[in-house]
Amino acid sequence: MFMDMVTMAAKWAIPAVLFVITVFAVIRKVNVYETFIQGAQEGFSTAVKTIPFLVAMFVAISVFRSSGAMDLFVKAVSPVTQFLGIPAEVLPLGIMRPLSGGGALGITAELIKTYGPDSFIGRLASTLQGSTDTTFFVLTLYFGSVGVSRYRYAVISGLSADLTGFIASVIVCNLVFR
Amino acid sequence: MVNVIWVAMLLTGIVVAAINGNIEAVTTAALKGAQWAVDFALGLIAIMAFWLGIMKVAEEAGMVRILANMVKPLTGFLFPTVPRDHPAMGAIIMNLSANVLGLGNAATPMGLIAMKELQKLNRSDPKSASEAMCTFLALNTSCITVIPATVIGIRIQAGSANPTEIVGTTIFATSCAMFVAVVVDRILRGLFRRGRWR
Repeated sequence: MFMDMVTMAAKWAIPAVLFVITVFAVIRKVNVYETFIQGAQEGFSTAVKTIPFLVAMFVAISVFRSSGAMDLFVKAVSPVTQFLGIPAEVLPLGIMRPLSGGGALGITAELIKTYGPDSFIGRLASTLQGSTDTTFFVLTLYFGSVGVSRYRYAVISGLSADLTGFIASVIVCNLVFR
Repeated sequence: MVNVIWVAMLLTGIVVAAINGNIEAVTTAALKGAQWAVDFALGLIAIMAFWLGIMKVAEEAGMVRILANMVKPLTGFLFPTVPRDHPAMGAIIMNLSANVLGLGNAATPMGLIAMKELQKLNRSDPKSASEAMCTFLALNTSCITVIPATVIGIRIQAGSANPTEIVGTTIFATSCAMFVAVVVDRILRGLFRRGRWR
């Protein structure tokens, strides 16, 4: 019931927003067509402005991943996480998640396929994937679009959220699915 | 901070590849990464142009201000440095709503519009993140998603008996993350203001 309502809301949200904005603008006597074009003009420059930032970030992440350095990093951290009772299988996912959305999704799909969607690992991987974000990508994209290159403390607060999401996922899955 | 992470990832990558005798992977990976970034940015042009157009209409009609006014109590607490009926607030609210509903194609443009508005308010160095930007990104990266649609899709494909059973655990974990993000942002903002950290 609740899920159906949320699915409906997701389906209707954008058409409804478009409808309401247009009707409202007509009532307020805004020249809708001209105003739209005026706004849309900035679309190209905003998107292109992000290119150098995104290239920098993805080159570094891509090299880090495919050289095997990330696997070494996972191995180095695994004694700590094993001590905390976190299954070793999901650790690469936890480390990949803030760096690369596509990479993390690949690992999640792989874990679900290998262990089965209704296994403990499968459920934990699903929860992890849904509850954390690709922090580095979001920071690079958002700051890049306005030309900010000094992120100050945004990296720390973003990563602490990811770490919390990771730990909370492990705890809640242990409570609910074990 | 980001400079250190960037250099560390690149250099360890190159060194590890050299030790593994896999040095040519570095070149391929670097070019692949660059290509991916440009492809993404080009795809962004379409949705950015569309949403910037719509948002301009909404702004001219005065709707963004009305929306910002409606959520004043909450945003006033989270963003004390942003004027309460500023257009940035409207864009921030629309970005977070789109995130909650899992509408990635609308969330990103709204987020970038919000950043553009926040940059107009950035009184210090325009190359440096403002406090409001840091708070917004902390919220954005930890935001609750009611339907993790992609994961549910993978679970259905893998033949799960109950593909949506992870929704509850996901909402719980992501709520914890959001709470911590807001608290950490507050603490760090205080530390930075007192100039203890640079």
